[in-house]
Amino acid sequence: MTTTLTAGRKGRRRPNWWVPYLFILPHLAFFALFIGYPFFNGLWISFHKFDFLRPERTEFVGLQNYLALFTPGNIKFNEFWNAFGNTAEFVIYSVPPLVIIPLLLAVLLNTKTPGRNLFRAIYFAPWVLSVAVVGLLWWWIFQSQGGLINYYLWELGIRPPRWLSSMPWAWISIVIATIWWTLGFNMIIFLAALQDIPGYLYEAGAIDGATGWQLFWEITLPMLRPVMLFIVIITIIASFNLFGQPFFMTGGGPAQPGGGGATEPVMLRIYREGFERPFQGSAAAMSFVVATIMILISYVQFRIFRQRT
Amino acid sequence: MSASVSTRRSRASRLTYYRLCAIAGRLVIYLLLIAIALLVIMPLLWMLSTSFKPKPEWFTRELHWIPLTFTWENYQALLNNPNTPIVRWFLNSLLVATLSTIATLTVTSLAAYAYARMDFPGRKALYTLLLATLFMPGMMFLIPNFLTIYRLGLLNSYLGVIIPGLAGVFGVFFLRQFFESIPKELEESAEIDGASKFQIFYKIVLPLSKPALATLGILTFLGSWNDFLWPLLILRDRALLTLPPGLRTLQGAYTSEYGLMMAGAVIVAVPVIVIYIFLQRYIVQSVASTGLKN
Repeated sequence: MTTTLTAGRKGRRRPNWWVPYLFILPHLAFFALFIGYPFFNGLWISFHKFDFLRPERTEFVGLQNYLALFTPGNIKFNEFWNAFGNTAEFVIYSVPPLVIIPLLLAVLLNTKTPGRNLFRAIYFAPWVLSVAVVGLLWWWIFQSQGGLINYYLWELGIRPPRWLSSMPWAWISIVIATIWWTLGFNMIIFLAALQDIPGYLYEAGAIDGATGWQLFWEITLPMLRPVMLFIVIITIIASFNLFGQPFFMTGGGPAQPGGGGATEPVMLRIYREGFERPFQGSAAAMSFVVATIMILISYVQFRIFRQRT
Repeated sequence: MSASVSTRRSRASRLTYYRLCAIAGRLVIYLLLIAIALLVIMPLLWMLSTSFKPKPEWFTRELHWIPLTFTWENYQALLNNPNTPIVRWFLNSLLVATLSTIATLTVTSLAAYAYARMDFPGRKALYTLLLATLFMPGMMFLIPNFLTIYRLGLLNSYLGVIIPGLAGVFGVFFLRQFFESIPKELEESAEIDGASKFQIFYKIVLPLSKPALATLGILTFLGSWNDFLWPLLILRDRALLTLPPGLRTLQGAYTSEYGLMMAGAVIVAVPVIVIYIFLQRYIVQSVASTGLKN
């Protein structure tokens, strides 16, 4: 009796085997349509001369969109690498302050001082704003006429630069706005990691006569290494995606003698190539090149940090 | 005898010296914390202040944090201009963010529950595939997804703004971790009582997961309310815009009318700041926990 039952069960499929698939189906459908399919569709588009408003003119061009980006002297080459260089510049200017300032703030807040929750809440607050608010607000603050910063500079007897239309001041303005907007995010993650460092390590260090500075270098920083890797990677990725701040504050300018805007990031270049001009094939190729470089950079960083620990 | 007295006295004075140092140190830290807090708040106050100043005061020689004449005229001008229908934009934003949040919570919680608790062929492979895409830069999908929305006929519609977000993997990942932390016994005893998988999910798991759902809901709402680039691409009609691309329109429509633009920025910022003031602990904790899990 028992044997026949189990044999029968083996032969049939388990009842309701399809139930789990029903649960994942809605998400999987959207995932397939907006993450899976576009991966291949994007590659397909990048091999074509493609304008979505004139689909009948779609033309297979092979690697031409990519080759244009790697042929010195080609106009697309100049536009793309100028923008890519701008983005790289922004990464270099913005990542160190976006790691160091939040780390110092987190250390300041990682005490039992009363009111620290209030300070934490204030420092984090700008993070909840839209890039549109941030961009518009700092665009106004850096204006030559009526801008807040210039009031104080004139007061101090300093002749202010034309913040948004001269170099390097346009970058400095964008970096300041970005620091103000996003420092709270990294600070919160550092703070959570600091609170996970066991107190006895500091007690032991203090008994051995270490100064506060030594405790920071010998205990805090090494204990923060994994979180540091995470923060450096996500900050680099976030800075690579720079778009809204120059879009609102500088429009990608000021114009350079060699052509192209001095603060036009690669995302803005892709946007202009694909949506202000009718070159979606070329824009798709650009975004695949940038994405590949971003993935490589995160991978290399990951390996370097792994080796050290 | 006298020597021991003097050492005792000097030890006492050294103690007060250390105590004074500690107090001074704490004072310095406080002053530093307050100074930084002011630096962070000042731009927001300046935005608010400009929005309540009449036009002649935008460019005065001296700095006035408090408007000399307080006025609502920037807000009135903004509300009365049919070319910048900011009330409509506000309602659009509210609708898009609310629908996004409800749809995301529904779709991701169903999937996350299956990945957390059910055993089915392909589960591991699918979940690994989902996680792998977390590392892909979003810009890769910008152009092809725009074309998909265009081909579906959803350009210039709220649906076109909302549905690509439902593919997001973060929510599935986040909720699955929470579901796995719920003790299994409750679900098992319900199953013995004959409850279906969906009943268990709906009547037991979801009510127990309110904190996680609230956190994901807040983050999704904020993300949708603040999103700039995607609605800028999808929404073409001025009347259909959400607030962030609407601010871009303001910047183009009013050359150097800074009071009006700041009034617009205040209208976009106030709802999220109010949400932040009330739900600050949830938001901050969710950021901290996502950071640590990675």
